[in-house]
Amino acid sequence: MSMMKRISLIFRAKANKALDRAEDPRETLDYSYQRQVEMLAKVRRGVADVATSRKRVELQLNQLQSQSDKLTQQAQKALGMGREDLAREALTRKSAIQAQANDLTAQHAQLQGEEEKLTLASQRLQAKVEAFRTRKETIKATYTAAEAQTRINEAFSGISEEMGDVGMAIQRAEDKTQQMQARAGAIDELIASGALDDASAINAGDDITRELESMSSQSDVEAELAALKGATTAPALDSAEPPAVEAGEAETTAAPVESGKEQQS
Amino acid sequence: MIVRILGEGQFEVADSELDRLNELDAAVEAEVDRGNAEAFAAKLTELLDGVRAVGAPLADDSLEDSDLILPPGDATLEEVREMLADDGLIPG
Repeated sequence: MSMMKRISLIFRAKANKALDRAEDPRETLDYSYQRQVEMLAKVRRGVADVATSRKRVELQLNQLQSQSDKLTQQAQKALGMGREDLAREALTRKSAIQAQANDLTAQHAQLQGEEEKLTLASQRLQAKVEAFRTRKETIKATYTAAEAQTRINEAFSGISEEMGDVGMAIQRAEDKTQQMQARAGAIDELIASGALDDASAINAGDDITRELESMSSQSDVEAELAALKGATTAPALDSAEPPAVEAGEAETTAAPVESGKEQQS
Repeated sequence: MIVRILGEGQFEVADSELDRLNELDAAVEAEVDRGNAEAFAAKLTELLDGVRAVGAPLADDSLEDSDLILPPGDATLEEVREMLADDGLIPG
């Protein structure tokens, strides 16, 4: 029972050491109970802290998702206009955002796990603190200080182990949350600085949108121009005037020659 | 006997299951010594799954001492090493 046994011994030694014993063991009971209640409050704060971090990550994930969606639309639009280069740029940005989102999704799952664990730990501790309180009152009422000692030791060992366990769980959750908060802060900064935002600002602020818009206004102009030309070239055929199309000089010079031949024959 | 998985809770495990758990435990320890993080994580999962499979969870309000204490399921190799190295607290 090597590893399990060793960890048990070390853990128990630590938990026992953490117990401050008073002169009268019954006072130790009250003191310990007070510490348990404090620990319970600490675990509950821990649960709330982890939940706050989880919500922050959720918010960031939503932001990244909407940016990613927008870039997809931009890529489709660009492709529709025959601008593969622009579509490629949009998709490149999207894949960078997607990588961030994947990282955040993993963090989110981890935070959810921590939250769940701490919630259960707080439930367990609460049940144990309650049990300890009941036992404490019984011991104080029934036994003299000398007699109480054995009973107290029994009650203590169970609760001190739980306290050590919960204390460790809280510490681990805090460490993890802090690491994630640092990374979440970095993403917030990226969004705030516009490095991510730039790729898909809500209000047409980014270069891809600008280019797509200028292209679509250009193509609007072209379409209208073509329509106008269509309206003017149709009657122009009747008046036998060569249409001034920019399609090439060869065609316009060839046309009169042919019509000239026809007139001759 | 009572086994605690840190961060998870206590389980009542029949003594007859101990041999099997000892084997799994030895496998975890071997990976701690070898220093292979991935293999360690896999063996630790096996050991904890073993405890969960044969053990019955103790009631939340029990104030019983555990006979054995195991690292949390997401413990890293380094964390377990730290737990094991912290022997300055053991008298003798």
